[in-house]
Amino acid sequence: MPLAEETQGAAAAPPAVVDQATAKAYWKRTSSLMWTVLLIWFLSGFVIHIFAPSLNAIHILGFPLGFYFAAQGSLIVFVVGLYWFARRQNQIDEEFRVQEDA
Amino acid sequence: MSASTSGGKDPFIANLNKIYAGYTGGFLGFVVLLGILEQLGVPDRIIGYFFVFLTIGVYAYIGIISRTAQVAEYYVAGRRVPAVYNGMATGSDWMSAASFIGMAGSLYALGYGGLAFILGWTGGYMLVAILLAPYLRKFGQYTVPDFLGARFGGNFARSIGVIVLVTASFVYVVAQIVGVGIITQRFLDVSFGVAVFAGLGGILVCSMLGGMRAVTWTQVAQYIILIIAYLIPAILMSVKVTGVPVPQLMYGFALERIEGLEAAFRAAGQSPPPGVTGFHSAPFVGPNGQFSMSAAVNFFALVFCLMVGTAALPHILMRYFTTPSVREARNSVAWSLFFIFLLYFTAPAYAAFGKLEIYQNFINQPIASLPEWVKNWQIMSPYGVPWINIVDANNDGILQWSEFRIHPDVVVLATPEIAGMPYVIAGMVAAGGLAAALSTADGLLLALANALSHDVYYKMINPNAPTKQRLIIARVLLIGVALFAAWTAGNAGADILFLVAWAFSIAAAGLFAALVMGVWYKRTTNTAACLGMLVGYVATFGYLMWSEFGGLSFLQVFGTKEAILRAAQAAAALPQASAELKASAAAIVANAATLQDGAMAWFGKALTGLGMSTDHVVLRGRIVARLWGINNISGGIFGVPLAFLTIYVVSQFTKAPSQAMQDFVESIRIPKGGVRLADARAAVKE
Repeated sequence: MPLAEETQGAAAAPPAVVDQATAKAYWKRTSSLMWTVLLIWFLSGFVIHIFAPSLNAIHILGFPLGFYFAAQGSLIVFVVGLYWFARRQNQIDEEFRVQEDA
Repeated sequence: MSASTSGGKDPFIANLNKIYAGYTGGFLGFVVLLGILEQLGVPDRIIGYFFVFLTIGVYAYIGIISRTAQVAEYYVAGRRVPAVYNGMATGSDWMSAASFIGMAGSLYALGYGGLAFILGWTGGYMLVAILLAPYLRKFGQYTVPDFLGARFGGNFARSIGVIVLVTASFVYVVAQIVGVGIITQRFLDVSFGVAVFAGLGGILVCSMLGGMRAVTWTQVAQYIILIIAYLIPAILMSVKVTGVPVPQLMYGFALERIEGLEAAFRAAGQSPPPGVTGFHSAPFVGPNGQFSMSAAVNFFALVFCLMVGTAALPHILMRYFTTPSVREARNSVAWSLFFIFLLYFTAPAYAAFGKLEIYQNFINQPIASLPEWVKNWQIMSPYGVPWINIVDANNDGILQWSEFRIHPDVVVLATPEIAGMPYVIAGMVAAGGLAAALSTADGLLLALANALSHDVYYKMINPNAPTKQRLIIARVLLIGVALFAAWTAGNAGADILFLVAWAFSIAAAGLFAALVMGVWYKRTTNTAACLGMLVGYVATFGYLMWSEFGGLSFLQVFGTKEAILRAAQAAAALPQASAELKASAAAIVANAATLQDGAMAWFGKALTGLGMSTDHVVLRGRIVARLWGINNISGGIFGVPLAFLTIYVVSQFTKAPSQAMQDFVESIRIPKGGVRLADARAAVKE
């Protein structure tokens, strides 16, 4: 486990583990995943609820749909989205061989 | 699990599933046993004592066997907490008295409007996962100010971080202690002041000896109790009303019936009690049921502040320092949200079934025929009114819609009795509420005490302190902070509960931008980050204080003359207003003809065209100003963008960070390899 506390003095700083180009490409992929998830967050956290008054006209199992999205729908998107994000990011790590040593 | 375990194969970690499965079974057996005792005629009071003392006893036991003398165990639980268990611990760390006791109550009162809390307190975890947790874990020291110090050039940035952390966490922890007091007061039959200090003992015994390690394993135990205690009554109510034991799926029918009953009450010329919406599932409506722009804007502003605040609260972020790896940290955020979700998607069901029970069985019934439990809750709350207040306003002996006033904080605690469940369920719910309040208080106290012992004492005052001394200081500070918080809670009581929501805005505006930019924008300079944190913190905290405690003077600067006049009239008529405020308000009203717009009124009315005008509301016995009509609970909506803007702009005009600093940022972005600190002094020694 390479922890910071093992580092003592600037001279002992570990060298970079990947070359500049890989680091850059890796960060580009990571960033684009970040923006994707951020977009999902924004859509399900805010945008969909703007339409709540009109969605409420639709009832499913008694639920007014606008109410349902704020009470459950968006939450399900958040939870599933996070598991998906963790999996996707782990795949990216492995693809660029920057995952932690087991 | 003993004090000597370190690294390698820990038999406790290896057997986690077995241990906690046994524990869950034990708790369920205990509930069944008490249920049998109740049927045999054991009095309610004894059942309440059993629940409170036995659960606290278990937490204390875990706290004591998890004692440790190692710094890494004390601060980050040895970084050996698996993702799923860290998720559970984060869940109970996160879900406070406000979530467990308060949220279904808010939903009961506010209907759709209350869903802002559900959305805000879950969506924030997306920000935690994608923007911060993995990178803070890779950085891998002990506290959030550690990161600010290492990334932004040392102690100045670190101290700002500590100030924001202390402000946000302190108001939050005081509210938890009030929550503990409310529950113990009711179930142990003691005074509020005694109840607060009894709760304090329960909090300290969990965290003092074992720090983060003890808090982690107690929080897992507390999560299990709180989730069982929340789900069982909801399931029982669902069975009672619909015959199907899946409340989350079935409460749609309850919503429909509530809407019908509301319409019937309105048709009979009745109105809802103060503070309760008359349109449970209608979004963004005013009291008359019509669309209200102000309600919509405030809904989204609150969602935003709670989400960003979630992602900036140090007691949550520091939980992700405890996982074994970056990968586990990411998974752990997903698990955290899953465990939180289990409670949050049940809360609206809880609220709907509770409301239906009350509307169906008690409204328009003779007051004399109300059941016994109502009397149990007619005790005085720290708010100065009884928890359940039956006000026969028209003296007709019948309970009208507006005459049944239940305080939102007791909706969850009282619902089992309202729905006619055995007392053992009420006791279990109380134990769950206690678990929620205690676990959050533990996490917050630890965050506070660690900021003072690690960041202030060790990093700033005495960097050469030996391990033993650091741990002694940490524990002394923990007790000191806890006593001070309990003292504040005992004195100020519920008057300060509204401050909890402020904690989110303060943390969001003070910390979020600097943390995110520190990872995601390499060019962020030390000056920019420090300025950004200060601007966000001062603007938000200043706005909150000014609008809350000086509403009239705020409007005299930002309001139009009409807004000032209205606020002055309200202040003059306000019974709780101070003599000086009344006098100055009366002077404004007397000189209404010569009244001018405030100096910044052009700013205050910039968004009037959108239906957002600067005005006031009367809340908590005060004239509270609202810039652009936004409630001050969402004050962070101003501070967060301001902090980002400051950091970005100032970074353009200050000298770019050194190559060493850029290498440091590079090294925390990549999971593999070590962390290359720009300044070796920022390293912590074990």
